[in-house]
Amino acid sequence: MAALLEIQGLSAFYGPTQVLHNVDLAVQEGGITALLGANGAGKTTLLRALSAMVRREGVIRFEGRVVNEREAEDVARLGIAHVPDGRGTFVDLTVEQNLQLGAYTRRDRDGVGNDLARAFAHFPRLKERRGQQAGTLSGGEQQMLAISRALMLRPKLLMLDEPSFGLAPLVVKDIFNILKAINEEEGVSMLIVEQNANLALSLAGYAYLLETGAVVISGPSSAVRADESVRRVYLGY
Amino acid sequence: MLGLVHQVLSGLAIGSIYACVALAVVMIYQATHLVNFAQGEMATFSTYIAWALIEAGVPYWAAFFLTVGFSFLMGMAIERLLIRRFDKAPVLAVVIVFIGMLVIFNSLTGWLFSYTIKSFASPFPEKFALGNGYMSPHELGSVGVTLAVLAVVYAFFRFTPLGLAMRAAAQNPVSARLVGIRVGYMLAIGWGLAAAIGAVAGMMAAPIVYLDPNMMSGVLLYGFAGALLGGIDNPWGAAMGGFIVGVLENIAGAYLVGEEIKLSVALAIIIGVLVAKPSGLFGRVLVTRV
Repeated sequence: MAALLEIQGLSAFYGPTQVLHNVDLAVQEGGITALLGANGAGKTTLLRALSAMVRREGVIRFEGRVVNEREAEDVARLGIAHVPDGRGTFVDLTVEQNLQLGAYTRRDRDGVGNDLARAFAHFPRLKERRGQQAGTLSGGEQQMLAISRALMLRPKLLMLDEPSFGLAPLVVKDIFNILKAINEEEGVSMLIVEQNANLALSLAGYAYLLETGAVVISGPSSAVRADESVRRVYLGY
Repeated sequence: MLGLVHQVLSGLAIGSIYACVALAVVMIYQATHLVNFAQGEMATFSTYIAWALIEAGVPYWAAFFLTVGFSFLMGMAIERLLIRRFDKAPVLAVVIVFIGMLVIFNSLTGWLFSYTIKSFASPFPEKFALGNGYMSPHELGSVGVTLAVLAVVYAFFRFTPLGLAMRAAAQNPVSARLVGIRVGYMLAIGWGLAAAIGAVAGMMAAPIVYLDPNMMSGVLLYGFAGALLGGIDNPWGAAMGGFIVGVLENIAGAYLVGEEIKLSVALAIIIGVLVAKPSGLFGRVLVTRV
């Protein structure tokens, strides 16, 4: 398998403060990669650095091309969809308008129509609420909306920032099942940031553990799961 | 009774101009949370362009649309070349830039077109063929033009992908970038629209107040008051507010205190309303669950 996304020596900064230090990471074509770590380890920052939302240094390759110089709006045009921390809902717009905006850069009207139907098939709740103001949705529904909006881009890579955050366990289970199905059926590669290590390792084939802005452990999920320190600190058994 | 009807109708006519100005102010406020103090002077400058075109022999409506188009480009250029450089500047710095633009546009207009008062043609006839006297043709025409502007702006934001993208960019610029919307460009279009709407207001005001470089300075104030009264986060409320200010002003002038301090009374009423309802008459209270 070839690497869809490959980053080398990535550092990221908030003002003068360096948050990421020389991170190397890859996401395989068609694979799911998990990014684990405690609060403040730099997981969200890594996604933001990939989306050009923070100042960064290092080399980012997507489909073999160096894409360091792209602005955030052009990263989306490459086919990288980012479900941000806090879900990024357009709260004043309707559910359907939120979804239409996900396909803003696409010009194939029929395809967009099909994908809208597909989103409603994945999440019937969104269909029931398609005309409702998105800010009035529950947290779980907004997470479904955020994921669906990202998928409306027809991305090659889907980056998810804590999709389980603040949600009831049953809702989380639903969402992860759908992510798995989307990955298997449509071959969308994923980079998932999660605090819930157990959940993430069950979905991902490969995992990285970040501590204070640097990768400390990486490998296939089974190997990471078996690691003594990961088991004690992040899995809790 | 007939007198009252007359006052209300002619209040609606002047209110339609305030409504356009309010809409222009809100257009920029929604995207940036800043009020462009130079909006009135930009509109005056546009109106002089229309005047120059008409003087040069261009038919009225051709001059009208050319001016609207020119103003749109001027607004975009101002955002692209000037305002965006203050993207990360403190609010006060931007306010000073706006005031600077106000002075520059005012002087530029006076320098190019002189400070002498000029008359400006109305596209509408002097008198109705079948006169009733409640409203002059220009008054009725101004209301019609304003309603047309509102309809076009509404359709643009409600039904076009670009309009939706602009709303998204104004509401949540970070998310908008993540779906690939070029937020900077959306801001420039917002400035263009505001300048174009302002130009319409200027061209409708000029036949009433006569053309001089300071013609819109008062109008901007009333437009702004209308925007606040209606709710500055809501374009339709703001436009309604503009109409209400026009009517209040006229009724106060005719029945309460006379011409000289009619605006003080209108503004006092507005302050009263805002004390009771700070988000404005039609201001929305945002419902959000997190």
